[in-house]
Amino acid sequence: MRYLRAWLLRIKGLFLKDSRERDLAEEIESHLQMHIDDNIRAGMSPEEAKRVAVMKLGSVDATKEAYRDRSSIPLLESMVQDLRFTLRQLRKNPAFTVTSTVMVALGIGASVAIFAFVDAALIKPLPYQNPSHLIFVTETTPDIPRAALSYPDYLDWKSLNKTLASLDVYSQRGFVVSTSTGMERVLGARVSDGFFRTLGISPVIGRDFFAGEDLPEAPRTLILSYASWQKRFGGKQDMIGRPITLNETPYVVIGVLPQNFHFAPVENAEFWVTLHPAGSCDLRRSCHSLNGIARLKDRVSIDTALADLTRIAKDLENQYPDSNRNQGATVSPLSELIVGEVKPILLVLLGGAGLLLLIACVNVASLLLVRSETRRRELAVRRALGATTTRLIRQFVTEGLVIVVAGSAIGLVSSHWAMQILIRLIPSDMMGSMPYLDELGLNPRIVMFAGIVSLFAAVLFSLTPTLRLLSLELREGMAEGSRGSAGKVWRRVGSKLVVLELTTAMVLLVGAGLLGKSFYRLLQVGTGFEPEHLITMGVTAPRASYGEDEQALALGRQVVDRIKSLPGVTSVALTSTLPVTFNGNTQWIRFVGRDYSGEHNEVNQRNVTSDYFKALQAKLLRGRPILDSEDASKPGVVVINQTLATKYFPGEDPIGQRIGDTKLSPDSIKEIIGIVDDIREGPLDSEIWPAVYYAFNQAPDSDFAVVIRTAEAEQSVLPTLSGAIHDIDSRINVSNETTMTDRVNNSPTVYLRRSSTWLVAGFAGVALLLGVVGLYGVIAYSVSQRTREIGVRIALGAQRGTVYRLIMKEAGVLALAGILLGLGCSVLTASLMRKLLFGTPPWDVPTLASVAAVLVISALLASYLPARRAASVDPIQALRAE
Amino acid sequence: MANKTDIWQGTLALMILKTIETLGPLHGYGIARRIEQTSGDRLSLNYGTLYPSLLKLEQEGSIVSEWGVSENNRKAKFYKLTRAGRKQLARETKEWDQTTAILAKFLTPTEDEA
Repeated sequence: MRYLRAWLLRIKGLFLKDSRERDLAEEIESHLQMHIDDNIRAGMSPEEAKRVAVMKLGSVDATKEAYRDRSSIPLLESMVQDLRFTLRQLRKNPAFTVTSTVMVALGIGASVAIFAFVDAALIKPLPYQNPSHLIFVTETTPDIPRAALSYPDYLDWKSLNKTLASLDVYSQRGFVVSTSTGMERVLGARVSDGFFRTLGISPVIGRDFFAGEDLPEAPRTLILSYASWQKRFGGKQDMIGRPITLNETPYVVIGVLPQNFHFAPVENAEFWVTLHPAGSCDLRRSCHSLNGIARLKDRVSIDTALADLTRIAKDLENQYPDSNRNQGATVSPLSELIVGEVKPILLVLLGGAGLLLLIACVNVASLLLVRSETRRRELAVRRALGATTTRLIRQFVTEGLVIVVAGSAIGLVSSHWAMQILIRLIPSDMMGSMPYLDELGLNPRIVMFAGIVSLFAAVLFSLTPTLRLLSLELREGMAEGSRGSAGKVWRRVGSKLVVLELTTAMVLLVGAGLLGKSFYRLLQVGTGFEPEHLITMGVTAPRASYGEDEQALALGRQVVDRIKSLPGVTSVALTSTLPVTFNGNTQWIRFVGRDYSGEHNEVNQRNVTSDYFKALQAKLLRGRPILDSEDASKPGVVVINQTLATKYFPGEDPIGQRIGDTKLSPDSIKEIIGIVDDIREGPLDSEIWPAVYYAFNQAPDSDFAVVIRTAEAEQSVLPTLSGAIHDIDSRINVSNETTMTDRVNNSPTVYLRRSSTWLVAGFAGVALLLGVVGLYGVIAYSVSQRTREIGVRIALGAQRGTVYRLIMKEAGVLALAGILLGLGCSVLTASLMRKLLFGTPPWDVPTLASVAAVLVISALLASYLPARRAASVDPIQALRAE
Repeated sequence: MANKTDIWQGTLALMILKTIETLGPLHGYGIARRIEQTSGDRLSLNYGTLYPSLLKLEQEGSIVSEWGVSENNRKAKFYKLTRAGRKQLARETKEWDQTTAILAKFLTPTEDEA
């Protein structure tokens, strides 16, 4: 305690230096006076008295020094001195201070903001118990790497496996609920009874699903998401036991999920219900609609589980050759399912931010180097006056630390803002599939990351001038006229730093260029239709009133007619699934009149109305479109796409041929009446699959999507749609009214690519700027160092042109070195991000060449100004200046 | 070297505390004179060395200081023992006694030794 108190007082002493020293001086003064009084009283003369008193006191300076050391902390005190000196120095040179602080803040801000996203998506563990044991389990087919499970397969896998502690399934499902504002479509999920137990999640209030609660005979129960509980029911405690009607079926609320729970594959599902398998799909072994999650048994690896499930799939294939032909198994860590798509992008962004940070730090380091160079004389004088090398180094370290601390503080605060801005830029549809970003914000891990990065910068900033100082010849510093060969060492080190900067800038520019080109290529991808002036929306009508085929057919016709009558609408059609959504909702087809050995000819199945291709402006290559009159009473007809025609009818005319299901059941047999040019059903970067367009009127449904072609601006039509549908029946739900262009632009593929391209381009732009400023700095400094030499050259008759060349050559060599090195590094980096490239090889020559050209031009610009200054040197002035 | 100084500082601190305890609140000069007198002028110290010790004791809370007026009407800083200081004095006196007793036994030849 005593020592602690003493130390606290000493720290306090740091700040009370002046008053304390005055106090001591007074005390010593009074001491002397008393002693002199005594001495006089003892009979000494005043002079003698004073002499003796002073002698007896001893060295006042030594006392003061001892007192001073005692009263505060000497090391800290000199550090405070260093700090004051540094701040004074930095204030005197605001351009340097602001530039370097801003650069550090920029580098740290950018990398911390990106790291926060990486942390939220990739580092922070998923909010499940022991998430590393969780795996994603599905079937696989030769065409679809992750095909869904069918319910009977799921039951077999569950009972036959030996490697899984539990296996459960889920599927996303939209529900229509009646709210005060009408019918609302809400996201939900169907899960098997043990789903939450497999994840290791228990409801915060109420209970989990019982075992067996997912069977058809069990009562219908429902678990609410926390957000839904708060939003829809005001977080009322008495929710448990209350009824909710979803899709006209009554459910009873039995629980509420924890607040931090999320399960990205079903986005922000609000209502969680059990499977209750029923209907044509669930009980059929060939209808794949479920995805599996499983918990591995202890000490079981993913590979073992895969082998186990593959064995089961093989057995099932032998047992049910009809439905399970070529149906394998696939497993992957659950985290891969949840963040797999954004992982490569985030890593590329983190790499980009890291390179930006590097370039910013190198730039500041070289600025510090220039400063140490211009302060050579000051340093030499200080050392001659007795400053130790340690003390001089400490001065540099202090300077580096001050810049880093200021820069990091600003960077950390701005990274917080950057995160908020970035997250707001993500469209809400996308946020739904990335719920792990909800809790984005500064957390201890991120602050630690910022700390490590700052430490790295601090070490770099202290080390550069220190190494320089150690290599400095002091005598030279004192004696020399501060010019001439003095800059040689710096030019050597500094120029290396510039090459490093240019290389980094090149890597970033090439990365941005390749991503940009990939993005451009992606947008150039043919969709097979005209996305401009096209509106899409979803319509869900209550099954109680529209469940029957005739009712749904009548509704479909009503919807088309009603919307067609709106001003500005030219054509309207219905489809079961909108284009540029996904490859899926497939069907296995078989050709009438051909041998069949049970293979699965998997095709996209779409049910469309007569004007579908007209509304999309898709090109009908041959044959005719489906007619509105072709309903269930007429012979079945289909239109196929070009890919199907090429794949299954090479050298044959498909028109007039007939297709059916794998058993060729009479109802399934349809005649091919037309071939349409490929429409991209999946995301822009996906392949075109064979597709069959069935007649909606021959298999109508109360749940469909509408495509609307407008004459001019879609915006004038958009707001009228929902009202138009509600004119028909106010209980019909209308969802996602949007333009096709927005739909495509906000689709995950396009959005992720666009945002990463812009971010990397931003990094690259800043990096280019910093690199060019760095180059300018080196050349300008070199010119200022060589003024005398240049003066002499000009005096001796060198032409201005020669001087220009001299300086430009210096810059050219550096730029060339940077570009060559950058080329190599770029190709290496680009191969690492090959996954993100689309239609662009990592060594894409046009990109590399244009980036190199940009760098050359920037380098020329950066060196032109100093070169002009050099060429305009007045020899008389230059020589006299020394 | 360092150890010696520490011992000296420790003893000086003990002497200062004892002096203040005996004479009551006292200024630095008075303490210095008293220490010299008590030692029978065998101990001669530079008065200046006293002040860092006084500061240390004050920082450790054994004494407190206050500006006042000396017997000869001079302005002077007076040092006063605190309760913690009294305890410290008692403890260190005891320790010192023990140390000297042990050392005395150690240094005085005894009969067993032959």
